[in-house]
Amino acid sequence: MNERILMCGNEALAEAAIIAGLDAYFGYPITPQNEVPEYMSKRMPEEGRVFLQSESELASINMVFGAAATGKRVMTSSSSPGISLMQEGISYLAGAELPAVIVNVMRGGPGLGNIAPSQGDYFQATRGGGHGDYRTIVLAPSSVQELVDCMPLAFDLADQYRTPVLVLADGILGQMMEPVVFNKKPRRKLPPKDWALTGADNRKQNIVRSLWLKEGVVEQHNYDLQAVYKEIEKNEILCEQYEVDDAEIVVVAYGIAARIVRGAVNKARQEGIKVGWIRPITLWPFPTEQINKAADNFKIFLTVELSCGQMVEDVKLAVAGKAPVVFYGRAGGGVPTVEQVLEKIRQLTLRPENII
Amino acid sequence: MMQKVFSKPQALKDCPTHYCPGCGHGIAHRLIAETIDELGIRGRTIGIAPVGCAVLAYDYFDVDMVEVAHGRAPAVATGMKRTNPDKIIFSYQGDGDLAAIGTGEIIHAAHRGEQITVIFINNAVFGMTGGQMAPTTILNQVTTTTPLGRDASKQGYPLQVSELLTLLPGTIYIERCSLHKPALIRNAKKAIKHAFELQLNNAPGLSLVELLSPCPTYWRMTPVKAIEWMENEMTKVFPLGRLKG
Amino acid sequence: MDGKRNDKGLPIGTFERLKVAQNSFCEELIIAGFGGQGIILAGRLLAQTAMNAGKEVTFMPSYGAEVRGGTANSMIVISDEPIASPLVSRPDSLIAMNKASLNKFAPCIKTGGLLIMNSSLIDSKPNVDQSIDILAVPADDIAVELGSQKSANMVVLGAYLQRRGLFRADDAAKSLPDILAKRYHKTLNINAEALQHGAEFAKRSV
Ligand SMILES: Cc1ncc(C[n+]2csc(CCOP(=O)(O)OP(=O)(O)O)c2C)c(N)n1
Repeated sequence: MNERILMCGNEALAEAAIIAGLDAYFGYPITPQNEVPEYMSKRMPEEGRVFLQSESELASINMVFGAAATGKRVMTSSSSPGISLMQEGISYLAGAELPAVIVNVMRGGPGLGNIAPSQGDYFQATRGGGHGDYRTIVLAPSSVQELVDCMPLAFDLADQYRTPVLVLADGILGQMMEPVVFNKKPRRKLPPKDWALTGADNRKQNIVRSLWLKEGVVEQHNYDLQAVYKEIEKNEILCEQYEVDDAEIVVVAYGIAARIVRGAVNKARQEGIKVGWIRPITLWPFPTEQINKAADNFKIFLTVELSCGQMVEDVKLAVAGKAPVVFYGRAGGGVPTVEQVLEKIRQLTLRPENII
Repeated sequence: MMQKVFSKPQALKDCPTHYCPGCGHGIAHRLIAETIDELGIRGRTIGIAPVGCAVLAYDYFDVDMVEVAHGRAPAVATGMKRTNPDKIIFSYQGDGDLAAIGTGEIIHAAHRGEQITVIFINNAVFGMTGGQMAPTTILNQVTTTTPLGRDASKQGYPLQVSELLTLLPGTIYIERCSLHKPALIRNAKKAIKHAFELQLNNAPGLSLVELLSPCPTYWRMTPVKAIEWMENEMTKVFPLGRLKG
Repeated sequence: MDGKRNDKGLPIGTFERLKVAQNSFCEELIIAGFGGQGIILAGRLLAQTAMNAGKEVTFMPSYGAEVRGGTANSMIVISDEPIASPLVSRPDSLIAMNKASLNKFAPCIKTGGLLIMNSSLIDSKPNVDQSIDILAVPADDIAVELGSQKSANMVVLGAYLQRRGLFRADDAAKSLPDILAKRYHKTLNINAEALQHGAEFAKRSV
């Protein structure tokens, strides 16, 4: 299966999920991710698996909860307003330690916003999003191929750590077409789901829950969750970097913004500007150490986002005062052009003193 | 020789419950557990506990159970049943859970004809949070959020969800029973068993048993008075009987 | 994508490290018009043709409510190298199917770039830089002559391919079955013909 197929991100991620052994998909239509439920409605029954269009995102995420509690591989997808509605369920998934994959094809907000691409949900995704002290793993692919590659990883991470995993895409990644290859990669060794609700047939009762009223139990549960998060932070950080060593300017961007940055950096290098980039692939856990290390020799950091500046806060935390961090972004469906980012880079070389 | 006249169902654990004196939840649990025993389905049953006084139901039922967000049980049940058609899935929901915050979920699960069994406990108040008005609170009933009694012009009329659900082709069996008299309890047991049997036989649709259930604590009545009130007031608004199927 | 680490022991992604694309071939194109003119299909076909020819390619269609009635555009990037941004702000080439899109995108064309315009619907002379190669194609008229006005998109695409010389109109025709749903396969011939006529028109107007 090394054939290249031209596919849009939404359909490609759906097929990748099916190949990764998805048992059930539950979702409610919202632009710009409608190709996901549409594709699933056709392909899942072909595979003898479950597709169901729910009555709301609230229902979708709880259907996901139900299937996950029985040990099935399950996912939903939506776009920003729908993901807001799912936050209750995501918090419950985290509390009950259930594995599930949630894809957010982000669009402009706040409110109904628009259907244009955006990265405005970074805070919501990386800070837990719902109530309570929890995290979700957040994968931020930046190409259709990477969307395809990150789906099996998302399911494996979810199963391994018993946590919801978010895949954060945007309207461009969902809609754009690129050639992709679906190659079956070896799966991780995963722990058995002996906690799953399968009927207490000749065994003790299993309970999936997130409530403990006895004093101290939820406190301990939180520490246990934090221990898992520590483990995730230790093992699962993914980021990519390019020409950072000799760079005077390092641009940090994720997802589609990283593609635009790539274009701008290529052009800036042709102009002789010493600039490189760092691209976090996991937004949580965040590549703090990698960015901190890059800040060792005096550099200027530029963060580029399709937002008014959200990841830039994590970049500042990572840089920890070692170097100046500036931001460039466009929000609400506005997309920075290669030329605009290039111009920003040029400005930094001309007037570095202005930004300090 | 001693004859055993009372024994605990296997699907119920041997422990005291946290329910108040005169509360109907314990009786409802017992009827469900007996049904699971009699049908021999403990090994393939998954129960869904609501948010409400019965949130700890999994501490009493000895079957696989999940606790879910307030009102979402029918959606969770859908996810379970669709991916596990061979399992018997029941949800256990109060009137706040099912008829207020979870109205959307129950209507749509019923509308899709999910093959699940819903046990709906109607005690006309929010018990767990301290006796506030529920959609099923009857007119003039005093609760902590209707201190002057429920007034139709301000809080609307009591919501008859079961009647509403009968209109949907996806429901195959709906019966309203009550837990305030032994004969009625026996009847409730029959209804619960029938609802489970329908699912067991792959009957195409959702079955629901509504149980009028006493809540002396938040009705601020003695258990005896509570039973009288159910007989004289509550059953007038929520008439007993088979509504569908 | 997990597990791989660079020489400093830091994890890296699967996306191959991008060499600075120097002198390597790269074509950025915008096809624009109004909804219903087959703008997305034309873009899709070009992307498929490029992929079938072994190129790297990205295709970004405008999407959503905008597509119906409003303007539609396709952004396509074709390269020998992995492609950075799929968004085209300074196209090498523009195919403008109506006046509004000509006005919107023509000022962005790169110096020395190519403009294909549908002269059936655009009567004015475009106000662009001298360096730009302009080819006016009466696409709707040619398509009507062929008996299928809907194929105007294929006519301009054929003309573009001929003028740009990246792929042949024939390559695009061969890619048609890959992108048309089975129920439209009856239109394969007419679309192939329209591509051919567009190419021939371009050949004649050197
Ligand atoms: C989203 C949310 N809102 C509110 C609550 C608080 N709450 C817990 S139980 C309950 C009402 C329960 O009433 P009912 O369903 O009638 O069950 P009962 O306790 O009477 O058995 C409410 C409002 C909650 N847990 N979650």
